[in-house]
Amino acid sequence: MAVLDIKGVTKLFSGNVRAVDDFSLTVGDGELVCLLGPSGSGKSTMLRMIGGFETPTSGSITIDGEEVIHLPPERRPTGMVFQSHALWTHMNVFKNLAFGLKLRRFPAEEIKRKVDDVLALVGLTGYGTRQTHQLSGGQQQRVALARSLVLEPKILLLDEPFASLDQHLRERLREEVRDIQQRMGITTLFVTHGQDEALSMADRIVVMRDGRIEQVAAPDTLYREPATPFVAGFIGTMNLVDGSVAGGTFSRAAFNNALPISDGPATFAVRPEALGIAPAAGTGTARIHRVTDYGTHAIIDLELADDTRLKSMVPEARDWKAGQPVDLKPRVYAAYRDNVVVYRSNAPS
Amino acid sequence: MTVQTAALRPPRQVDWTGIALAAVLTVVIIFPLLVVGTWAFTNVWRYPSIIPQEFGLRYWYQTLARSDVWSAITTSVSLAVVVTLISAVVCLPAAFAFARLQFPGRSILFFSFIAGQAFPKFGLLVAIAGIFLGLNLIGNFWGVVLIQLVGTLLFMIWIPVAAFQGVDRRMEEAARDVGASPLRVFWSITLPQAGPTIGAAVLLTFVNTFYETEGAWLIGAPAIRTMPVLMISFINNQPVIQYGAVLSVILWVPSFFALLFARRVISGGSFARGFGA
Repeated sequence: MAVLDIKGVTKLFSGNVRAVDDFSLTVGDGELVCLLGPSGSGKSTMLRMIGGFETPTSGSITIDGEEVIHLPPERRPTGMVFQSHALWTHMNVFKNLAFGLKLRRFPAEEIKRKVDDVLALVGLTGYGTRQTHQLSGGQQQRVALARSLVLEPKILLLDEPFASLDQHLRERLREEVRDIQQRMGITTLFVTHGQDEALSMADRIVVMRDGRIEQVAAPDTLYREPATPFVAGFIGTMNLVDGSVAGGTFSRAAFNNALPISDGPATFAVRPEALGIAPAAGTGTARIHRVTDYGTHAIIDLELADDTRLKSMVPEARDWKAGQPVDLKPRVYAAYRDNVVVYRSNAPS
Repeated sequence: MTVQTAALRPPRQVDWTGIALAAVLTVVIIFPLLVVGTWAFTNVWRYPSIIPQEFGLRYWYQTLARSDVWSAITTSVSLAVVVTLISAVVCLPAAFAFARLQFPGRSILFFSFIAGQAFPKFGLLVAIAGIFLGLNLIGNFWGVVLIQLVGTLLFMIWIPVAAFQGVDRRMEEAARDVGASPLRVFWSITLPQAGPTIGAAVLLTFVNTFYETEGAWLIGAPAIRTMPVLMISFINNQPVIQYGAVLSVILWVPSFFALLFARRVISGGSFARGFGA
């Protein structure tokens, strides 16, 4: 139905701050893409440019091949759900949902039917006469979602919609939104700074940093094959150790590991669950700083001789104690140089 | 639950300071009102009697039979209505501009509205009267309108600015998003959201204009006589207290309605928001 195509979009704010820098992305029909990044990475600005609330300094945004950059928000086929819900507090739920339909001059009975349908869709049948302040946070967010959905936008834009909700509710709404989105087959762009949200909902994730795209990939690829050290550190936990390579061996303090790349500086990357440890005779490669028992597993904080910290995930806490010298056995690892991945070990079969 | 916690607390100390303060305030505020109110409905009250010898509406009939009283009521009401309307037409768009737009000299202009209140008013009025004299605006309805407009600027700009600034921009964006034009957003979202606070500003302006005395007297005399001006001349020139008392009871009417409305607005917090709270 609807394809969103963004080409080379740059947004300069006053003082030449590059909020978004040369952003290009194609979102396929019915796809849910997450923009993920820390605050200030430009993800919300990008979303607001698609919705028409900011004007790009350069670049193009097309929806189904039609350029929308010069259209004001009210003439774009997009629907936006705001973080703060932004419900109109002087109208009840029905009027909130009917406002856009009235502007489109639908007959009264059709407005009523559409509003009832969308209330049923978000699980709020019978809530039409409620005032917005009589709703819980989750219900308010459902109304905000319904307000966009009732107009059947081509592109649905969600700007950190669950940020103000508690963890439990957030997880439930996440599933509901994903269900509704798939049922309606609506092309969706979702902004979040929570990696859980992105990993659990998205078909593809766009990781952003300082206004630029770091990597675009499916959630599993992003976790297993992060393209840059930033992505590696941002998605999940990653040990990133700066060191140098000489003669095919990476070294940092007493830690050495085979790394078949050319000589020079490199960043060695290994996930805690892929970093095995073994009791060492003598001083070992590292020393255990702290053992944290999570029941299902334990996290071992390790210290190299130069105080570099690493984490290892082990099945059993009781096998280890603080102060113990250990050797490091990375099972799956990668290396970065000049901000790009230069080596990836194969996972052991 | 609250009952339980209250029961667990030690018996509350009697707040003598509070009671004393309340008593003093009652004497200072309520007592004079009571005396004036009583005088208004008194036909005969001679010293040393504590209560009037004869209650009655005689002075109401006499006061309301005077043509100067009726013309003062008409003048005051039409002045307050005209000044409030003009002030709203001039100030509300200006307040919106101050709240939402950036333009050169914005802060200086914004703070200049307080200048009218920052200096001794009478001196300012005399200076303005001098200018008005040359413009033939002395003793003229529109001259009084103009001078009273100056007094309304502070309330009608500052409070609505805070009201407009207090409207959640996301609400307006959400309305744009569902298809509303900027004008429609203003009409359907911004105005209703800012409405109660702006209502409070309009009310304050109306009541303040209704009671304004110095400007009306200095610029309007002798042709334009508002209710407060008439009341002063009654008190100064008439040996009969009841005329002044009846007039001041009539003057309470707008503040009574103002209080009724203000209760609604103040309890809603809009009034405090108007002052940036």
